[in-house]
Amino acid sequence: MPQIPLVEYLDLTDPDGPRLVAQECVSCGARYFDRRNACASCSGSDFRAAEIATEGVLRTFTIVHFAADGVPVPFVAGVVDCEGTSVRSNIVNVAPDPEHVRTGMGVRLTTVPVGTDEYGVDAVGYGFEPID
Amino acid sequence: MADNVWILGIHMTDFGKHPDKDTLDLGAEAVNGALADAGVPMRDVGVMASGNLIGNQGFGQLLQKQIGQTGIPVYNVSNACATGATALRVAMMAIKAGEVDMGLAVGVEKLSGAGLLTGNAAKSEGGSWTRQGRYGAVADLDGRIGTETMPGVFAQIGMEYDHRYGGADFALFAGIAEKNHAHSTLNPKAAYRKRFTLEEIMNDVMIAYPNTRSMCSANCDGAAAAVLVSESRLRTLSLEQQRRAVKVSASVLTSDPWQEACQVLPDINTLTRQAARTAYEQAGVGPEDLDLVELHDCFATAELVHYDNLGLCEPGGAVDFFKSGATWRDGRLPVNVSGGLESKGHPVSATGIANVWEIATHLRGEAGERQIAGAKVGLAHVIGLGSACGVHILEKAS
Repeated sequence: MPQIPLVEYLDLTDPDGPRLVAQECVSCGARYFDRRNACASCSGSDFRAAEIATEGVLRTFTIVHFAADGVPVPFVAGVVDCEGTSVRSNIVNVAPDPEHVRTGMGVRLTTVPVGTDEYGVDAVGYGFEPID
Repeated sequence: MADNVWILGIHMTDFGKHPDKDTLDLGAEAVNGALADAGVPMRDVGVMASGNLIGNQGFGQLLQKQIGQTGIPVYNVSNACATGATALRVAMMAIKAGEVDMGLAVGVEKLSGAGLLTGNAAKSEGGSWTRQGRYGAVADLDGRIGTETMPGVFAQIGMEYDHRYGGADFALFAGIAEKNHAHSTLNPKAAYRKRFTLEEIMNDVMIAYPNTRSMCSANCDGAAAAVLVSESRLRTLSLEQQRRAVKVSASVLTSDPWQEACQVLPDINTLTRQAARTAYEQAGVGPEDLDLVELHDCFATAELVHYDNLGLCEPGGAVDFFKSGATWRDGRLPVNVSGGLESKGHPVSATGIANVWEIATHLRGEAGERQIAGAKVGLAHVIGLGSACGVHILEKAS
């Protein structure tokens, strides 16, 4: 079954598993997940690919119970500190309640299904799940 | 040295539901109220700055057709929830620059029944995956990679503070909403004036943990306007106008400087800290000199971090500061005695002038039942996500 990553910074081609690849400013090291014309930190315009650590610490989260139409709730949204790079992600494979989700918990990158288009291509997203 | 700027007149409409009034009615009510309060006619005003996010292009010119088309320059401004404060800044800069000696700022919004302000509803899928936008996304990211809902974004900002310093749990955040709702019972202009118990707030509908519905700002209709005047012009006006005028000791607008983490979660802290620092320098006062503060409690989780950002407490000490009772209206430094955005309401473009109205009204000793006795110095703060931060420090005429 052919696959397509949900976002361009999700790399599914590595046999060791999924990974996130940021664009890193060559001059100051600032990292971005979206396309930039220049670096927001130093205005440099040369970027190189930088692989992001696949494990990190949950720095903050919320449990969203009320969202725009068509967005399934509840879900856990958060920010993961991946060895100094902040990554926005859902926290998955965990009960969406404050007893099971805590800031400071260790989490690791995993993939989540997004859907299949009419040509049978599976879109694959990512999330972080607790390390137990 | 540029001339000092004073508030000569200021007005806020009742916040709440105004089904029989459109944005122009509300804007005209605010402007005419501010002109009457100032004791000057529209033809004396040399510049106008106007904010309205959910409405027509050229809102200021449309409003002039209801209040007086005097041919003065109009600046239509837009800076999310800091739009009103931006309008104030624009009128102030024109006076500071010496181009005019009197200016008008107005902000209006009709938001009753707007519901949750979120990203767009998810599109139905079909066809083939196509990459779009700067993430090259093949589907909407809201709900798939984090949340774009405001309650969820600000929930994370509060939870991040807890992760860093500890002590901020669900009940503590709910306690902030309890305070603001209690304050609102004394404010006749507030959209909601109902006191809630801590249990009622915690058991209310969960929107984005830890923010329940009553911990979120209330969408409503409302407008606010201010007439600003240069100090030299003020000195030519009546003693009564001079007595009621309120000095703008600091007026600051910042945007968010680059921070590592602000690329994935808006950083509302750094720009607020910079705005506060600059404002205290401009005014020559410190947080210890403030008699009251109106800060941007768009969500209960936001109020906590701004205690720290505005320097109202020791760094990292916001939890203890709140627990001390300092920010209740009978505390050491009352915060959001208007009821705040959580109960007074948050008609976005009006907010950055309405909070200045609240401070000015206390400094004039005209706040009625909710008057903070002897108030001489106050601070008004707003954040527009994206981000923009406005901080104004006001002082009573001496």
